Amino acid sequence: MSRIREAFSNGKAFIHFITCGDPSLEVTKEIVKEMEKAGADLIELGIPFSDPTAEGPVIQAANVRALSGGVTTDKIFEMAKELRETVKIPMVFMTYANVVFSYGIERFAQKTEQTGMDGIILPDIPYEEKEEFASVFRKYGLDMISLIAPTSHDRISMIAKEAEGFVYCVSSLGVTGMRSEITTDIDEMVGLVKKCRDIPCAVGFGISTPEQAVKMAGAADGVIVGSAIVKICGQYGADSPKYVAEYVKSMKDAIRQI
Amino acid sequence: MSKGRFGVHGGQYVPETLMNAIIELEEAYEHYKKDPDFNRELEDLLNNYAGRPSRLYFAERMSKELGGARIYLKREDLNHTGAHKINNVLGQVLLAKKMGKTRVIAETGAGQHGVATATAAALMDMECEIFMGKEDTERQALNVYKMKLLGAKVNAVTTGTATLKDAVSEAMREWTNRIDDTHYVLGSVMGPHPFPTIVRDFQAVISKEIKEQILEAEGRLPDAVIACVGGGSNAIGAFYNFIEDREVRLIGCEAAGRGIDTADTAATISTGRLGIFHGMKSYFCQDEYGQIAPVYSISAGLDYPGVGPEHADLYDTGRAEYVAITDDEAVDAFEYLSKTEGIIPAIESAHAVAYAMKLAPAMGRDKIIVVNLSGRGDKDCAAIARYRGEDIHE
Repeated sequence: MSRIREAFSNGKAFIHFITCGDPSLEVTKEIVKEMEKAGADLIELGIPFSDPTAEGPVIQAANVRALSGGVTTDKIFEMAKELRETVKIPMVFMTYANVVFSYGIERFAQKTEQTGMDGIILPDIPYEEKEEFASVFRKYGLDMISLIAPTSHDRISMIAKEAEGFVYCVSSLGVTGMRSEITTDIDEMVGLVKKCRDIPCAVGFGISTPEQAVKMAGAADGVIVGSAIVKICGQYGADSPKYVAEYVKSMKDAIRQI
Repeated sequence: MSKGRFGVHGGQYVPETLMNAIIELEEAYEHYKKDPDFNRELEDLLNNYAGRPSRLYFAERMSKELGGARIYLKREDLNHTGAHKINNVLGQVLLAKKMGKTRVIAETGAGQHGVATATAAALMDMECEIFMGKEDTERQALNVYKMKLLGAKVNAVTTGTATLKDAVSEAMREWTNRIDDTHYVLGSVMGPHPFPTIVRDFQAVISKEIKEQILEAEGRLPDAVIACVGGGSNAIGAFYNFIEDREVRLIGCEAAGRGIDTADTAATISTGRLGIFHGMKSYFCQDEYGQIAPVYSISAGLDYPGVGPEHADLYDTGRAEYVAITDDEAVDAFEYLSKTEGIIPAIESAHAVAYAMKLAPAMGRDKIIVVNLSGRGDKDCAAIARYRGEDIHE
């Protein structure tokens, strides 16, 4: 079983996203360690991009902060490698196609494997374009995570058939960010995936409260939280690890009851 | 490899949320481009509303003064709303209407595409929202007023460099948020397939007319066609029907800003490298880690870090040439054309005029150059006056 699959083997998985280098890579490292202790099952390490078109204002601002702090892809590889010495849970990179393409897909995949990461999420690579990237990552034993959206409908089975690791179910239209209400029929989306593949489904976009997490986890195998955590980083800066840990624990406790 | 490729360029690099929308758009376009009623309606709009065909004007004084090739100006500046943008917009908004959409959104740089979209939306009774970089709303305040006057809502985009690229990003974000009733009227030959093809087809009327008009005036094809390139829609429009005519040089003029050896430039082909951004693979100004560069040009319409995929391919294959024109050269050309021919060009188009001023004297008097005058310069007068140290307000 891949390490990513293991994340889903003990009940509902809780997946966290943070933007690397916001406010600094040192703090990012601390946050990741705290999140693991607090019960996170999988971590998405965001490599900042200058123009993150799938992100809402909270993560956009984090990208700006991280990049103006001088974070680069190479520095993030180093940080990830150091983290891997102690962190046991699966970790994937999340970034934009140009960050990988510009680095060289092969070179990026090789580095990702060497740092001990488990996969990659590229929100601007749909099914039609994925082989250019996935074929290379596969060579290095890395999963390229596929996303499905509320608008995917007839595309879901095609995507699910070739999905690796887990399927990232985008809960709502629009960009990342906290939402007061999620109206998409997640049961139906997950059902369409499960009909053709036995692969874990995690729901992300818009989830910030324990109540939402419980509701979404009920319909899927896990929940993904990004903006809510990034917001804490933006608010507390260097002090954020303990606040993130508290938040992660509250969310994990909530979904543990399911 | 996915659909919509020009050599290695193009493709559909968009979030999954948008995939069905662009597939639906492609299907609708494939259907309507063959539909005689659609084409009749569009032609009627282009002729009777936008004022096509636009004139091909022999710039006799300018040609004589420069002492070389005979220079013709394709007067896209005389179209309704003052630029070539209306050609694409009438096509896309009509298409959106046929698709049952009730709302259009668009990005704009100089404001010409925004004004054109707001115009077509008013004409065809569609709701309209425009995204414009905050810096551009200040550079082009008059166009902001026009869009509002035409009934559109204008959103000033404050993210990133607050210019055209950020307006595109924000319009894409808004489209992901509201797809059912909304069509995104992309303003240039860029973005994910099918946009580069749709926009090119709607702009190709420019070169179709140039060909007919120059054959009538001169009895032969031109030696060179020159156009400015930001995303590249007026250039591809001016080039398209000449691509097979290998004897016609196709020359795209990028904005060098303060110079291609400075950081203050928007000359993508001269200074960029292959990348993936805004839905397409093409050339982009970027740093070594693929972070998109904050570009600069005096011209809001050319102030974009990428270039359309078909241009990238025309460059790769050597079929078209791309040169970089500085702010200074463009401003000189802006003033020169005003004084010599009594035509105030858009500062974007002035980049093409500037290269014609360099090229014409080096060519014989029997040679012919066509410059695509993509827009008129009223919108730029205040900014150019300020550039020359005159403090005037609109």
